[in-house]
Amino acid sequence: MLFGIYSLLSAGIFLVLDALDVAFIEAAVGAGISTVLMLSTLALTERKEKEPRHKAVLPLLVVLVTGAALVYGTLDMPDFGDPKAPVHQHVAPRYIQQSPAEIGVPNMVTSVLASYRGYDTLGEVTVIFTAGVGVLALIADRRRTRRRRRRG
Amino acid sequence: MGKHLVLRLVAKIFIPLILLFALYVQFHGDYGPGGGFQAGVIFAAAFILYALLFGLDHARTVMPPALLQTVAALGVLLYGGVGVASMLLGGNYLDYSVLAEDPVHGQHLGILLIELGVGLTVASVMMVIFFTFTGRRG
Amino acid sequence: MGILGHYNYWIVIFLMMVGFYIVISHGNLVKKIVGLNIFQASVFILYISMGKIHGGTAPIVAEGVSRYSNPLPHVLILTAIVVGVATTALGLALVVRINEAYGTVEEDEIHAKDSSL
Repeated sequence: MLFGIYSLLSAGIFLVLDALDVAFIEAAVGAGISTVLMLSTLALTERKEKEPRHKAVLPLLVVLVTGAALVYGTLDMPDFGDPKAPVHQHVAPRYIQQSPAEIGVPNMVTSVLASYRGYDTLGEVTVIFTAGVGVLALIADRRRTRRRRRRG
Repeated sequence: MGKHLVLRLVAKIFIPLILLFALYVQFHGDYGPGGGFQAGVIFAAAFILYALLFGLDHARTVMPPALLQTVAALGVLLYGGVGVASMLLGGNYLDYSVLAEDPVHGQHLGILLIELGVGLTVASVMMVIFFTFTGRRG
Repeated sequence: MGILGHYNYWIVIFLMMVGFYIVISHGNLVKKIVGLNIFQASVFILYISMGKIHGGTAPIVAEGVSRYSNPLPHVLILTAIVVGVATTALGLALVVRINEAYGTVEEDEIHAKDSSL
């Protein structure tokens, strides 16, 4: 449940950051589908976690060191919302200036997604399809998997 | 029918609206926020709501899993097919400008078609995943 | 703006480290996947916050607007979210199969059963 709320909150963040499309999809995916998936997995496996055998000190230390290194790395990064940041200098201005004339679609996210980066999106659709096939192959039919296990 | 009566009634009103909204998002993605990915997910979410409230068996009769698997493959095929079509018409792979008389129109058509492919695949894969997870009992 | 201009990165790093901590400190495979998801969401927020420009609006062409947010990160993350759900589902399916084969989703117990074979 907390997980769903977390997703909805990050959808809100995306909305504030002007990413309408992304906020849209995060709200539908996070609050709807992935929460249901998590719950059904929990129903299929164990509900309670066992008491951990290791002490939590070492992981905490690793995490703190990594986090400190990352924070040190951000000191050279451009400020939040800075229009002069390197990200905004290279490809994006071309998309923003040319896409209305070239593609004729007002929503730039759609035109970049479907047209300029069509290959990329084709690959991603294939990944989604493959994941679906993988889920089917792993846990689809109970009888068949049981027979295979007996043989193996 | 006694259980979750209020939820079921509300869902009966809402599910058609959600489906309609998904279609709107699908075909209006060029102008407002939206597109195949969002529409597919919203469409699947509506069906998952239906399955949660009315039971898996009902949902299975409305949307048979075999059909879903076919549609998932068809979506990818449609996407790739648009690419091949534009290649046959003399352009590069996935270059929609050659699909119609003038390039802008062709781009429009191409985007609509591949967004449709994306939407079909995403919606059906999400539903397939949901059905396989919930159809399996412990 | 000085050093406080980086606060978006710090939020991302905090979330990232929370996810990382869950992944390396818990033996429960379902919890590991939850941790990976939190990590993933922090990367999404990193990308989207990079695309933001002060005074810009959503990248949809409108009259009287000349400053848009960067559409490229939006595209990347849009697809990444859906791919993320699909791969999460694949991971959860693996966990379900492991639970059937070993009767547990705890890493230690799986190792113990493996070495006793």
